[in-house]
Amino acid sequence: MKNNTFIVIQREFMTRVSKKSFVILTILMPFIFAALIVVPLWLSSIKDDAQRTVVVVDRTAHYLSAFKDDKSYRFVPAAAMLPEYRSDTTEVEAVVNIEANLAQNPKAVKIYSRGEVSADLLSYVTNVLNEQVRRDKLQAYGVHGLDQIIEDVQATLEIGTVKWNDEGEESSSNTHIAIAAGFLFTFMIYMFVMSYGGMVMQSVMEEKTNRIVELMVSSVKPFQLMMGKIVGVALVGFVQLLIWGVMLAVILSLCSVAFGWDVAAMSEAQGAMMAGAQGTLPTMDTADAEMLMALLNLPFAELGIMFVLYFVGGYLLYASFFAAVGASINAQEDSSQFVMPVVLIMLFGLYAAMYSVENTDGPLAFWASMFPLTSPIVMMVRIPFDVPLWQELLSLGLLYGTALLFVWVGARIYRVGILMYGKKPSLREMLKWLRYK
Amino acid sequence: MHNSETFLSASHIVKRYAEHTALDDVSIEVQRGKIFGLLGPNGAGKTTLIRILNRITAPDSGHVVFDGHDFAPEDVARIGYLPEERGLYKKMKVGEQAVYLARLKGLSTQEAKQRLHQWFERFDIMPWWDKKLEELSKGMQQKVQFVITVLHEPSLLIFDEPFSGFDPVNAELLKREILALKEKGHTVIFSTHNMASVEDICDEMALIHRSKVALSGNVAEVKKRFRTGKYELVCVGDEQLVDTENYKVLSHVATDGVQRYLLHKAEGLTNSELVALLAQKAEIRHFSEQLPSMHEIFLKTVQSHEE
Repeated sequence: MKNNTFIVIQREFMTRVSKKSFVILTILMPFIFAALIVVPLWLSSIKDDAQRTVVVVDRTAHYLSAFKDDKSYRFVPAAAMLPEYRSDTTEVEAVVNIEANLAQNPKAVKIYSRGEVSADLLSYVTNVLNEQVRRDKLQAYGVHGLDQIIEDVQATLEIGTVKWNDEGEESSSNTHIAIAAGFLFTFMIYMFVMSYGGMVMQSVMEEKTNRIVELMVSSVKPFQLMMGKIVGVALVGFVQLLIWGVMLAVILSLCSVAFGWDVAAMSEAQGAMMAGAQGTLPTMDTADAEMLMALLNLPFAELGIMFVLYFVGGYLLYASFFAAVGASINAQEDSSQFVMPVVLIMLFGLYAAMYSVENTDGPLAFWASMFPLTSPIVMMVRIPFDVPLWQELLSLGLLYGTALLFVWVGARIYRVGILMYGKKPSLREMLKWLRYK
Repeated sequence: MHNSETFLSASHIVKRYAEHTALDDVSIEVQRGKIFGLLGPNGAGKTTLIRILNRITAPDSGHVVFDGHDFAPEDVARIGYLPEERGLYKKMKVGEQAVYLARLKGLSTQEAKQRLHQWFERFDIMPWWDKKLEELSKGMQQKVQFVITVLHEPSLLIFDEPFSGFDPVNAELLKREILALKEKGHTVIFSTHNMASVEDICDEMALIHRSKVALSGNVAEVKKRFRTGKYELVCVGDEQLVDTENYKVLSHVATDGVQRYLLHKAEGLTNSELVALLAQKAEIRHFSEQLPSMHEIFLKTVQSHEE
């Protein structure tokens, strides 16, 4: 009877993995995600080929020359606002009407258009006029050669960030890369816990509503059945991660062939840079090189281990909760009452993670990464920024302690709930179930 | 009283839920190789008792002895259970889920497949092995469910309302199979509120009413206990019977020289004494004691407890 848990795990795993939808979705998912990021970017980058006409009515005749035609807009001077600009047959996209000297009266400019004024036109016009007004004001001080002076004092700084490690060595780091990596892991934990936790609930409910559960518990202990489900579904998640990992590796290596990136050379160059020599890479400019190096400098081993630990802990906690809910209710519709609060907590975790990025050692980041219901989500954004070991251990300890408590409570509710039909139980009744023998 | 061996005994079982007591000091004894009927109106506590005997729930107090030893977790592999609420995985293939459920009862995959092939051939459902359960007709699903219940050849079979939901053809098949299982030495517990089926197939019975055992024993003995003292008599001859100190005539119909009587026997008289007395008076064609049906006993017991 002891290997019954294993038999249950096997079934839960196999029925999911052998589904066509699983295979297809697993393979498509990275592409869907990539598409979600790339497509809007791409769409916004597409400009209309047609050059639109913008009429500039400049009563001061001072600003007109500042407007330069570009690919999207052609600026046409006009003496006055004509009624034909308003007609629906007009070719004119918008009319910029400047009525007075803007240095004295900043409100003396308006853009008229039949439709909504497009954001890039507005920002272009604003920039052009701002710049002109600034020059005019400077001119008014009458200092000779001020323009050149201003030009001269303006400097573009590029601030590189360098992190000291414990051995006192330097390594190039990139805050943006660290944020992105942290977010990726945070988001993955959030997604996985939600969708796989939901899967556990679905599976429990299916057995209950199919009424097969009574037959099941006559051969398997309810705890074995519940854990078999939780573990089986988790394994599906790991397989999915593994497939994605392999796909990522394949895609990266394909890219490196296609773009001539040489990862091995990269790490050598990095070594050279450490030694103080200015490493220059033949195929890549230094910005790209630094980015890649920052990527390589992420604490991958730590991130990986922590991801697995937080994934398992968080999943265990939420999955047992979902299992208990699935066992207690009789219809899908009843689930929202119990699931809503938990979704809210997880959403809070996600937002806390976003704000924690700005101050990874601040109080919000600290407490949210200690609180077991949010720690799996929040801690992942902090790890690329070096979290003290004691915090990691404390947070993990709290998480696993709570997870085990949830498993225990969940199992007691599950055990009674799966055999209860009829009306939806109240929370008070469910607490009573804890005491049943 | 019983010379046969006890296979399962549950003594002084108490099970309380938050609002009510489901079982209050219930004791039953199930004999090896016999069919035991567990009767009772809905909500009497039958399902709770069955769940305890399946180790699905534990009693608050009381003791279960299974095949001579204290009830242990391993024993569930020796029990086959057909729950009242039937159900299997709708989306799973028939053969696959039968193997899965058999493995949970301790069979190896090999063994399970081999036995399933035999049963499926026998029930003519082999072509459905690779179909999803939801594609099967209700009747076929029921056959599959029955096969799953008995596949691991359990020593004890528990059927909860086995005939409910079965069509007449399958119900008859099921009845035959249950009796065949008994022949092979399996012990069967049979829970129902359909009294007629008890008379047909049960050897022993217990009637549970309001969380307590209201009546129990050998089915024949129970019926005897509820004797009404009424007899049917058919005889030929012209002489007509009249009330005596030994019996009373409750009704009399005469057709074509055949007399039909319903008699009430006086207490203290045995059946053979009554027959002897009657034989002196008339030429007996038919003589039988009117035993109450289990249905009547059931109603009588339940009513007497209500009062």
